[in-house]
Amino acid sequence: MREYSAKQLEDAAARLYADACLRLPAWVEERLRAFGNPYIIENFETNGNIPLCQDTGLAAVYLEIGQDAHITGSIPEAVNAGIRRAVKDAYLRASIVADPLRRENTGDNTPAFLYYDLVPGDTVKITVAPRGFGCENKARIAMLAPADGLDGVKAFVLETARLAVPDACPPVMIGVGLGGNFDRAALLSKKAVLRPTPHPDPFYAALEEELFAQVKKFAIGVRINTAPTHIAGLPCAVSVGCHSLRTASEVLA
Amino acid sequence: MTHQITTPLTADVIRSLKAGDEVRITGTIYTARDAAHKKLYELLQKGEPLPVDLTDQIVYYTGPTPAPPGRAIGSCGPTTSYRMDRFTPALLAHGLRGMIGKGRRSKDVIDAIVRYGAVYFSAEGGCGALLANYVTKREVLAFPELGTEAIHRLEVQDFPVSVFCDCRGDLYSPYL
Repeated sequence: MREYSAKQLEDAAARLYADACLRLPAWVEERLRAFGNPYIIENFETNGNIPLCQDTGLAAVYLEIGQDAHITGSIPEAVNAGIRRAVKDAYLRASIVADPLRRENTGDNTPAFLYYDLVPGDTVKITVAPRGFGCENKARIAMLAPADGLDGVKAFVLETARLAVPDACPPVMIGVGLGGNFDRAALLSKKAVLRPTPHPDPFYAALEEELFAQVKKFAIGVRINTAPTHIAGLPCAVSVGCHSLRTASEVLA
Repeated sequence: MTHQITTPLTADVIRSLKAGDEVRITGTIYTARDAAHKKLYELLQKGEPLPVDLTDQIVYYTGPTPAPPGRAIGSCGPTTSYRMDRFTPALLAHGLRGMIGKGRRSKDVIDAIVRYGAVYFSAEGGCGALLANYVTKREVLAFPELGTEAIHRLEVQDFPVSVFCDCRGDLYSPYL
């Protein structure tokens, strides 16, 4: 058993949230340079101390906690304290309302949206991936029938991608979650948006490239995550990541 | 073609702008997004005066981040325009002449742009850090309780946009 303090988690959440809003991952910058829109390149090249995008997002925080790791203190309180601190210190935007209909802004962008995975080992990895809602609003899910098959999946992915632009800021990253159930497909599509590497299965890696070839005018990539599913279903979720594809991770020391 | 224009807008300037043209805006513009639009719309419905005179003015759909010390404004790129569509025809009927945002508009909005001789500009989405360099001054003008969604008065210098929908209803986007 390895011990971590809530303060370590808080500090990491604060640091990663600010970093993610100010700097893009290297692989995203590389793809944007290849895409070639000069405004977008200037936006991430010349930025120093203000967020790349004014929508500093809903703070999605993914925790991969080793089975043999123990965090002393409250995990949600620690993460929210970190988010609150980053919003104040890095001049991020408060974009969260406490209630979907009464819509009062919480003023500090909390609560963060926490996702937990238990993994082997004794490490704790934290990823902060701020999600702006220009692209979030363009996500769609279809509970396809098994007989819709590959053609049904391709059609739904391409239709969703085309509906997403120019509203969500192009060039976009398209994430597909295929299989699982309603909620799992959505989460898989979210994680696919953030994945630089191709699907490990050559069949799906080829499908990623085939779909990407059809949306190159307004996209920087297509990634697919898959899961087993039910004999009656073919869930297909599509998430859209704007070009401000922000994510930052670290493993706690 | 690139135009240098100043606010408030005039009918002549609006007529000279064609879908796809590059435009640099200098002068005063006003921010308003979802929550402020709802409030403005409700005031119009009740026949009450607006807290800002929008006649011949440009509204910018943005919710900026707080300004760090030494800067006029934080990141301030456009937010997606279609969410304002249900409120826009009423504002255009009331005298609003220009809008800056990103993405598609409804048919009702395009029809209203033509009817009232207005223009819809697109700013580069996701480039809030870059666009902040063209804002020289900002102050909260109305609805301060809305935080980032308050109506701000911005002074801009050569603010870069392109014409998405001109006063004839012609549309242009490199992504359409």
